[in-house]
Amino acid sequence: MSEQSSNHEHGHHGVGTYLTVAAVLTIITLVEVGVFYVPAFQDLLAPILLTLSGAKFILVVGFYMHLKSDHQLFRVIFTVPLLIAVAVGIALLFLFGVVTLT
Amino acid sequence: MTDAVAAHHTSTGLDSRKIGFWTFIGSECLLFGSLISTYLVYHGKSVTGPTPQEILNIPLTSISTFDLLMSSLAMVLALAAVSRGDRVWARVWLATTALLGLVFLGFQVYEFVSFVHEGLTLQVNLFGSTFFVLTGTHGAHVLVGVIWLLTLLVRSFQGKLGPEKAMNVELAGLYWHFVDVVWIVIFTVVYLLQ
Repeated sequence: MSEQSSNHEHGHHGVGTYLTVAAVLTIITLVEVGVFYVPAFQDLLAPILLTLSGAKFILVVGFYMHLKSDHQLFRVIFTVPLLIAVAVGIALLFLFGVVTLT
Repeated sequence: MTDAVAAHHTSTGLDSRKIGFWTFIGSECLLFGSLISTYLVYHGKSVTGPTPQEILNIPLTSISTFDLLMSSLAMVLALAAVSRGDRVWARVWLATTALLGLVFLGFQVYEFVSFVHEGLTLQVNLFGSTFFVLTGTHGAHVLVGVIWLLTLLVRSFQGKLGPEKAMNVELAGLYWHFVDVVWIVIFTVVYLLQ
């Protein structure tokens, strides 16, 4: 095996981890859809769904894209633009009055 | 170190293609961030219907979301198979990923056609404009990913996708998983938070 492929495997997870992550992603998606249909959760729908969506996002990026165990530089290259995008989005929501502090 | 590896070696010790691709993914965050922000800014501001509450099909989209999540699983399994030199399973998982991507596109085409039949077009209202641009851009990314995966599959059948080429599959995987995480956000923001 070449140096490249051994480097490539460095920090990657096993098949068992991938299957576990897939199971968790499926469960979270089922919970999301379930919460959407339960009237009792309507007042808290946004925070609950955003939290569950964030968990799925972190699982895919962390384990499937290997950002959890890969070199820190990749984390920086991905996270900085992501945070800028989120900040710009929040700023626009305030600027257009979609979200207010009162 | 082989010549091919040395050609992509950087002073960081990391592969230049991987650094470049993560930078590209970072720029894609800004693209989809702007599209999702635009959708949210104009959300609820349409003066005519159809509205999201009238038209969005949650059960159908939940199935397509599950389909895309499972395609990500198939993608990492393809990468693992290529890395260990298992050509048969590499082909199986690459083909599975591409097939699941095509199924997702089929759902999207069905959704778009049914929406147009129900009166939602790009021009009819702000919801139509922002919805079709956002989900259409995502669908175009899925299509590019499927073509990329099929190209890798052809290379595998040509015997040119051994462990030494695992980085090629990893880059395709990064792209595919990014398309998946974008859909995770779209599914929540557009479909569930109506």
